[in-house]
Amino acid sequence: MFAWADTKRGLAALLALALVPAAAAQARDYGLGRTPSEAEIARWDIDIRPDGKGLPKGSGTAKEGEAVYIEKCASCHGDFAEGAGRYPALIGGEGSLDTNEPVKTIGSYWPFASTVWDYVHRAMPFGNAQSLTDDETYALTAYLLYANQLIEYDHTLNQDNLADVTMPNEDGFHRKERPEFPDEQACMADCKESVEIVGRATNIGVTPDEESGGGPGDQAAASGSGEGDQGTKLAGDPQAGKKVYQQCSACHTIEDGGAHRMGPNLHGVMGREAGGVPGFNGYSPAMKESEVVWRAETLKKYLANPREFMPGTRMPFAGIDDEKALQDLIAYLEQAS
Amino acid sequence: MDGAPALPSWTQYLGFGVDARPDGSPSGHESDVVRRSVEWLTATRESSVNFTPLHELDGIITPNGLCFERHHGGMAEVDPADHRLMIHGLVDEPIVLTVEELRRLPQENRFCFLECAANTGMEWHGAQLNGCQYTHGMVHCVQYTGVSLKLLLEQVGVKPEGKWLLAEGADSAAMTRSIPMEKALDDCLVAYSMNGERLRPEQGYPLRLVVPGFEGNMWIKWLRRLEVGSKPWHHREETSKYTDLMPDGEARRFTWLMDAKSVITSPSPQLPPVEPGFNVIKGIAWSGHGRVKRVDVSLDGGVNWKTATLHQPVLPKCLTRFTLDWEWDGSPVLLQSRCIDETGYIQPTPAELQEVRGTESIYHNNGIQTWQVKEDGTVENVRLG
Repeated sequence: MFAWADTKRGLAALLALALVPAAAAQARDYGLGRTPSEAEIARWDIDIRPDGKGLPKGSGTAKEGEAVYIEKCASCHGDFAEGAGRYPALIGGEGSLDTNEPVKTIGSYWPFASTVWDYVHRAMPFGNAQSLTDDETYALTAYLLYANQLIEYDHTLNQDNLADVTMPNEDGFHRKERPEFPDEQACMADCKESVEIVGRATNIGVTPDEESGGGPGDQAAASGSGEGDQGTKLAGDPQAGKKVYQQCSACHTIEDGGAHRMGPNLHGVMGREAGGVPGFNGYSPAMKESEVVWRAETLKKYLANPREFMPGTRMPFAGIDDEKALQDLIAYLEQAS
Repeated sequence: MDGAPALPSWTQYLGFGVDARPDGSPSGHESDVVRRSVEWLTATRESSVNFTPLHELDGIITPNGLCFERHHGGMAEVDPADHRLMIHGLVDEPIVLTVEELRRLPQENRFCFLECAANTGMEWHGAQLNGCQYTHGMVHCVQYTGVSLKLLLEQVGVKPEGKWLLAEGADSAAMTRSIPMEKALDDCLVAYSMNGERLRPEQGYPLRLVVPGFEGNMWIKWLRRLEVGSKPWHHREETSKYTDLMPDGEARRFTWLMDAKSVITSPSPQLPPVEPGFNVIKGIAWSGHGRVKRVDVSLDGGVNWKTATLHQPVLPKCLTRFTLDWEWDGSPVLLQSRCIDETGYIQPTPAELQEVRGTESIYHNNGIQTWQVKEDGTVENVRLG
C-alpha cells in the first residue's frame, strides 16, 4: 500500500466549477476528498478491456507460461489445465454447451482473451493475488490460450496483439429479451388437472446434517445399530452409501469401463493398489508412490480425511466425518465396484 | 406447570448486570440459528457461500450476523485507516475519499434485499436440498446507510461518453463488475452501515456498493475503486460466471435483475413437524422490479390458490412478509407460494422456467417452491411433474 497525501482537492477543481455558467451548475461541491495523482491512479487502475485498453507493456509465450503454470497453477487446475475436483477446468468442453453436461472453460465459453489476462493478474494464484509480473501474466495467458489450441506454442503475446485473439465463443452471448413469459392473469382455481410428485430431496440425500440432533442422519445411525450389535462393527448399508456416493460422482465413474473424469474410474477399486488405474494421468506423485492397497480399512481412513491420510493427494475433497456415512459409502463401493 | 417450574432460577435470583455482554448476542437457546454451508459445493472455504437461516426468521429484516456470506477470496479484514475510495476514468475530476470523508457527506437510508444470482441454483434439476435455508438462503434484507452513488458521480462529473462504471473490491479476488451508468445514477449507494451499525467484515466493511434489485455479485464488497468508462469490461464475473447458459448453447449476459420470487419459510423441512389445528403459513416475497403486489398460497400443489396477507411495510426491492392462517386437518398437503410484483410479473413454475431456460443456466432460478407436509407433520422439498 502506497502512502496517500491527505491534502484538499486541487484548486483546479474549484476554478473549473467557478467557470461553469450558473444554469449548468449541478450539485454543490462538498469540498471533501482530494485529487489523486496520475501515479496513484495508475497503481490502482489494473482493469483490462476486450479492446486491449489497460494492458501494460510486456510479453510472453506459452513456452514461458508452461513453467509458471506448473509451478503456480497445476496444483489446483491439474497438470494439463484439465481441472481437479471442484477446481475449474481451464481447457476442453468444446461442443458441450448445448448438452446436459456443459463444460464452461476458457476455450469453450469465455468470449474474450482479455478476461484471462485481467483475471489471472488480479486474482490468481488463489491466495497470492497480484503477485505475478506483467510478463508472467502474458506468458500464462499465452499458455492457457495455447492449451485451448487458440495460439501457437511460440507465439509471443503482448499488449498490442492480445486483443487480436478471437475466442471461439465470442458470439455465444446475447442480452436477455423481456418479457420472457406470457403476460397473463394468475389462475386462482382448478388450475391443473392433476398433481404428481416427481422428485424428493430426501432421495438425493445431499443436505448437510444439523448438529442439533434428531436429524435424518441420526435416525439412520440409530436404526443401523440394534442393542445386540454392541461392540461389533457397524455394518454399512450399500443403499444408503449410494446416496453418499453422489458427491463422489461429480469426479468419478464407478461402472465397468466408465470414463475417467477428474478422478479415475472406480470399478474394481477394492484390492487395487493406489494410483494404479491404467489410462488415468491425474495422480499426484504421493498417490503413485504410496504403497497403499485399497481395502475397507484404508479407504475408510482416506475418505475420512484424504489430505491427512495421503498428504499431497490431488483429490480436493474435505472428507466424511460421519462414521455411519463412511461405512455406508464403503459398503456401496464394495458392492458397486 | 407442564414442566415449567413455578419459581424458575431466573425469577428467584438476580440476572446478569449491564455490560456482562457488551456487544450482545442471541439467547444461548437459539444457538442453532446460524448460517450454514453445504461443504461439497465448493473447492475451498474461502471461495464459498453459506446460507441465511430463513426458516427461523420473522419480519423482513435479517440480523447482521445471519446475513449469508459469499466470498471469492475469503473475508477481507480491512483497516479503514488504510482504505480509500477512488473514483476516476471518464470524469472531469478524479477523487480519492477516506471512509471518514464519505461519512461526512449527505446520507441516505434504504431497505433492500440482496439476492445472489445463484440462489436456488442447486434446484434446477429437481428437488435437491431439504430446507429453505439451503434452497433460498442466499438472500438477506437489511437497512443500508450510505452515500448516494449519484451524488458521488456528480461530484466528479461524468463525461458524456461515460456509459459504464467498473466497481472493484479490495479483497484478494479484487472482485469487479461492470454497471450501466443508468443504474449507477438511479438508486445505488456506497454504504458504510447496515441495520444501524457499521457493515460487518463479511459484508464488505468498511464500504460496499448497494445495487437495489440487481444480483448480489454486483454489490461489490470492500469497495475501493469506481472507474467510469465507455464500454463494459467483460470481466470474469460477467462472462465465465453470472451468465445464463440456455439450452441452445448460447448464453445470456448482463441478466442483472432479480425477478419476482417467494418462498414459504414455515412450515419448511428444517422446522419441527407441523401440529394439526391452527397454524400460520409464513413466508417472504421480493422483486428486483419494485414492490410485491400480491402473494398467493396453494395447499394442493398449485391447483387452487388463496391470496395471502402482506405485512407492512411493503417497500420496493425489499423483502415483504406474507402470512396465511391455516387450519391443518392432518392430511398431506403440497404448499406453494406465488409472487406477483407491481409490474404484473408472475413468479413462474419450475416447468415454465425449464421450458425456456433448460436446466443448465445455474443463475436466476425464481421458480415456485413446493413443500410437502406429510401425515406425520414432517415437511419435505419435492418437485412436481
